[in-house]
Amino acid sequence: MKSAPFAYHDPTTVHELMGLLADKENAKLLAGGQSLMPMLNMRYAMPDHVIDLNGVASLAGIVETDDAIEIGAMTRQCDLMAAAPANDRFPILAEALTQVGHFQTRNRGTVGGSLCHLDPSAELPCIAAATDARLAIRGPRGEREIAMADWPLAYMTPNLEADEALIGIRLPKRTALAGQAFLEFARRHGDFAIAGVAAMVSLEGETIEGASIAVAGVGSHPIRLREVEAALEGEPANEATFKAAAREARGIEAMSDAYVSGKYRQRLTGVLVERALTKAAARAREAA
Amino acid sequence: MKHTHRISLTVNGRPVETEVEDRLHLADFLRRELKLTGTHLGCEHGVCGACTVLVDGRAVRSCLMLAVQARGSDVTTVEGLAAEDGTLSPLQEAFREHHALQCGFCTPGMLTSLTAFLRDNPAPTDREVREAISGNICRCTGYQPIVAAALAATGDEAIEGEN
Repeated sequence: MKSAPFAYHDPTTVHELMGLLADKENAKLLAGGQSLMPMLNMRYAMPDHVIDLNGVASLAGIVETDDAIEIGAMTRQCDLMAAAPANDRFPILAEALTQVGHFQTRNRGTVGGSLCHLDPSAELPCIAAATDARLAIRGPRGEREIAMADWPLAYMTPNLEADEALIGIRLPKRTALAGQAFLEFARRHGDFAIAGVAAMVSLEGETIEGASIAVAGVGSHPIRLREVEAALEGEPANEATFKAAAREARGIEAMSDAYVSGKYRQRLTGVLVERALTKAAARAREAA
Repeated sequence: MKHTHRISLTVNGRPVETEVEDRLHLADFLRRELKLTGTHLGCEHGVCGACTVLVDGRAVRSCLMLAVQARGSDVTTVEGLAAEDGTLSPLQEAFREHHALQCGFCTPGMLTSLTAFLRDNPAPTDREVREAISGNICRCTGYQPIVAAALAATGDEAIEGEN
C-alpha cells in the first residue's frame, strides 16, 4: 500500500520547527520513520503535513554533563549504541539497543521516535523508566521538563501536545547503579518482546543497597516495580531473595492479546525479573 | 494538489536530478522512476528486509524512507554491488558458489545488508551473521546456505573447506 498524499516540510532549526507546528493542521513529526513510515504506507496515519526532523542538526547528539547523560531526540539508535560516555555509565543502553529491531532499522530509528511512539514492548521507554529519565519538551509556551513516570498518558499516548516536540532526554547519573541488565523474551530476535525487564542493582558487600526494575511489554506502557524494589533493599543478594522478588513481580497487571495471555506475561515477568536481578547483581560484584 | 520536491542524489555512482512526489518512498522511487527493479518490495512496512539499500554506506529499509529524504545522499542498490564490467563482488560470488538463493526475492536485501555488515564486521561468527540477517526474511533456503556464503565471503578457509 502507499501513503496518502501529504506535504513534506524540512525545517533546519527548532525555531522553524515550532513555526511549522503552530501553523500546520493535522501534522505528523517524522523522526527515524521506522514506525511512522509503516503507518503511512498502511494508511493508519493520514496526516496532511509531514514535518521531517532529520534536518534539525541540534536535535541529534549525546552530551555528558556533571550530573547527567543528555541524549538528543534525533540521536540514532545505532549511534547511541556506540556512544562511550552514555554506555560507560549506562551499559544497559547498549544491551537493550541490540534487541531493538534489527541493525538496518537502528541505522534510521531514533531515541525520541521510540519514546514518542511509545510501543508498550519498546526497549528504550523501558530503560527511560528504569533510569528515571527526564524529558525535555519544546512548545509555543517554551520548554518544559517532565519525569518519565509522567510521560505515558495511556496506551501509545505520550504527554505531548500537538504543537509540541520532544527535544531530548536526560538520564541522571545518580540513577546508574553498579550492576545493570536488560533481558527480554521474543519469539525471534528483533521481534516485539512479549516481556522485557530492565534491572539495576547496587550492593554493599553482599547486601542490596538499592534496586530499580522496569518492565516492558506487559502493561500498556513501561511499569516500574517500586514495591519489589523497596522490598529488595537491605536483603542479601542471593537466590532466595531474587526468587521472592520474582514471586512478587508476577502480581503485575498484564495485558492479554490474540497471541499471549496476561497470565503467561505475568509468569514471564517473574522469570525475567529473577534472571535480570541475578545478572545485575553478578555485574555489580564484578564492578566492585 | 500534488506536493513535489526537486531532489538530486547519487545512485550507484551516477548523479540523478529529478522531481519527486512528497509521499513517494525511496524503494518506489528506485523501482519506478529509475527502473532499478533489483530492489524488491515485500511487506512495505519494514519487516521483510527485501528492500534494503545502502544510504551513505548504511543499510536501511528503502520502504521506510521518503525519496525526498535521500536528497544529497549516496545510494547503493543491489545493481551497484558488482563492478562496472559485471564482475561479481566476493559476497555475490559466494552466494553463487553456495546456492544462497532459490527464488531470489530476498537476495537483494540479503546482499546489501551483508555487504554493510561484513564491511563493519570482517570476521563474524556464525551467530553474528544469523543476527545480522534476522531482519531479512527468506522463505526458500532455510538460511543455511546464506550463512555459509556470508562466512565464505570473509575468506574463512575452514568454512570454505566444508563445502
